[in-house]
Amino acid sequence: MNALAGTGRLARLALRRDRITLPVWIAGVTAVGFAVAASVADLYAAESDRLAYAGTTAVSVVARAFNGPVSGASLGSIVVAETFTSLAVLVALMTTFTVVRHTRQNEETGRFELTGSAMVGRHAPLAAALAVAVGADLLIGAGVAAALVGLDLPLPGALAYGAALAGVGVAFAAVAAVTAQIFSTSRAANSAAAIAVGVAFGLRAVGDALGTVDADGLRVTSAWPSWLSPLGWANQVRPFDADHSGLLALPAVFGLLAGTVAAVLVERRDAGTGLVAPRPGPARAGAGLRTATGLAWRLHRGGLLGWAIGLAVLGVAMGAVTDEVDALVGDNAGLADAITQLGGTGGLVDAFLATIMSFVALMVAGYAVQAVLRAYVEEGAGRLEAVAAGAVSRSRWLGGHLACAAGGVLVLLALTGATIGLAYAATVDGTAGVMAETARMTGAALAHAPAVFVLAGVVVAGFGLLPRWSAAIAWTALALCALAGQFGAVLDLPTAVVNASPFSHVRAVPVDEVTAGPLLALLAVAVGLLAVGMVAFRRRDLAL
Amino acid sequence: MPAIAVSQLVKTYGSTRALDGFDLRVEPGEVHGFLGPNGAGKSTTIRILLGLLRRDSGDVTVLGGDPWRDAVALHRRLAYVPGDVNLWPNLTGGEVIDLLGSLRGGLDHRRRDDLLERFELDPTKKCRTYSKGNRQKTAIVAALASDVELLVLDEPTSGLDPLMEAVFQDRVRQARTAGTTVLLSSHVLAEVEALCDRVTIVRAGRVVESGTLAELRHLTRVSVAVRTAHPVDRLDAVPGVHDLRADGDTMHLEVDSEHLGAVLRLLADHDIRSLNSAPPSLDELFMRHYGDRPAPATSPAGAR
Repeated sequence: MNALAGTGRLARLALRRDRITLPVWIAGVTAVGFAVAASVADLYAAESDRLAYAGTTAVSVVARAFNGPVSGASLGSIVVAETFTSLAVLVALMTTFTVVRHTRQNEETGRFELTGSAMVGRHAPLAAALAVAVGADLLIGAGVAAALVGLDLPLPGALAYGAALAGVGVAFAAVAAVTAQIFSTSRAANSAAAIAVGVAFGLRAVGDALGTVDADGLRVTSAWPSWLSPLGWANQVRPFDADHSGLLALPAVFGLLAGTVAAVLVERRDAGTGLVAPRPGPARAGAGLRTATGLAWRLHRGGLLGWAIGLAVLGVAMGAVTDEVDALVGDNAGLADAITQLGGTGGLVDAFLATIMSFVALMVAGYAVQAVLRAYVEEGAGRLEAVAAGAVSRSRWLGGHLACAAGGVLVLLALTGATIGLAYAATVDGTAGVMAETARMTGAALAHAPAVFVLAGVVVAGFGLLPRWSAAIAWTALALCALAGQFGAVLDLPTAVVNASPFSHVRAVPVDEVTAGPLLALLAVAVGLLAVGMVAFRRRDLAL
Repeated sequence: MPAIAVSQLVKTYGSTRALDGFDLRVEPGEVHGFLGPNGAGKSTTIRILLGLLRRDSGDVTVLGGDPWRDAVALHRRLAYVPGDVNLWPNLTGGEVIDLLGSLRGGLDHRRRDDLLERFELDPTKKCRTYSKGNRQKTAIVAALASDVELLVLDEPTSGLDPLMEAVFQDRVRQARTAGTTVLLSSHVLAEVEALCDRVTIVRAGRVVESGTLAELRHLTRVSVAVRTAHPVDRLDAVPGVHDLRADGDTMHLEVDSEHLGAVLRLLADHDIRSLNSAPPSLDELFMRHYGDRPAPATSPAGAR
């Protein structure tokens, strides 16, 4: 039988399952690209600002590491520097999740046994997953290219940008195809693919940081490590500057090679197994796992560790660039205005730090939402049933999850604040001392904890009152807070809307002094919401 | 005092009445079978008994307490095997057994190891790699290794092979010998016949039969295949005779238990050459309540 038989049907099944997910990703990435590119076009309308930007970023090691090599002072080049790397990472993650979702996840859940027993060729599931993922990549590339043309940027550059973005997707689709064969769980396959994205980012960051500035002072030639990374290849296309479209052959060839490796692995393994055998674990539960709270901690700790690593890296990066803010912003009045609008009027550096802190608070709020929703995940997956039939009260069970969530919020805020302070103090000579700066930034980050707790309280109340809607309520609330906080002033939202977000009631630390009043009020609201959710949860049927 | 007493229990989901005036009584120390087709309300009843769901109306007592109000105290004295066992994919089976055991107040470690051996379950494997049968075994071992007064088992052997089913039945008998009360929901009739002292049969949220197996058998029909020297006229008109058909000179018929004597006397008058009778099985009882055949005009319960 043809090894690809049934590919079309499986692809249609994948599209049916992803009918919400993929359109959201495609529209979301395109919209983010459009919004950021539009604001960049606005900020750098003047030729002098663009020359200043290209000149400073070309010599800034940090800017090169995070944004890639700058390629000239055209508006398109600055849009590339400001948007491309973030969008490319988003596309890479979306692609790997999609490929794993339609290959390894089906085998892990046992759904593949049903489809695989029908007229489905050996290579059909992988081919269908790759077709769907690469199709989505091409749509994102086309969408972003159209958005850039819509901003009056030149067509050839926009096409090169879109094609380079899709090329990143193709390369990582093939990477995920391989990891999905190696690991027997979708979580491990996703993690391995995400680590591959991280390594690609790291290689490119090192290569670009070690690069040399051209004679005109506006372009960077990357060092060799960038050429080992699919993200680096995409940068070297240099849209709106050189437009080296021929380099798009690199991701295409890499995709074909890695895809072939994955296909060979499919031939060599049994369905449902990986190449890495699962290891046996302990035959007995340790003392820490014998209570409902111990179980909750066991379920939360892995995710918390991941968040801690991610936020610590972010904190170091942010702290390290802080000192360059003065130089980077320079005489660009528009950018300085944008920062002071968000971060308040203090020194530019403190305003920048306050802006960073509000971003960090929102990210940690994302962790809080995810951690509280873990309780709903346990209930929905049917794992609460056996626990609730034990001698464990509902408040104790939920309390265990909430304690993990609240503790995690405090740890993440303190850690991110401390790493920002530490990295900033380490790059500057004239600060009051590393310890003092670290403590100051830790405090500034922790000042946002009550606001995060209010959002967590909303999620708990939703979980108690409307469990089926709790995920939708939680993420919507977070999105509204983000909207009110980051764009409230820019978009001229009504004051009532802005004030509905708990984050609007936190002072712009470290610019302003922390005052106890609003924080205590926020804590009281959080406790009230928590009580509502707790009581409602104790009184309702479990969702079994 | 009964171990479980339920009367006039009602539970609705929107417009669906999952339980509609349901009654159940389980005496201490007995193994009580809880029979019914899918969707009859067995799991809903059990979850109300465990305080996982709230009742709309009716009285429910478990071990002398209110399962909703006194849930935590009662759960210390009972163990539960859910019908659909969902475990944490990243914990091992051994960890889950210890966790569930300590959540209900500790388990007997020697019995735990013995049960693991008897059920041939590897406790070092992650639950992610377990088959349905192994997940079921994990919950069974955790329940049977606990020192409790009441075992609530919701279709515990679905997914077990016949060898493991035999081990399970053996262990439930041991538990009964030790004085444990067992509520066993099932649709494996052989299992109920092998284990249960009394049976409650539920359909569409109501009890249709309840009693000892002997009592229920008494209410059923006996299958008879008979060959007589002289033909029997109008046998189908005799009270208590059903489904009469002839196969050559052998007649097959079903006889209500209370009319069996009269029918045999009539047949004896016609010189019986061969007689074969099959005892009523729970299967038959079940089929008569849920099978395609329309219920007889006078139900056995009504005839009594």
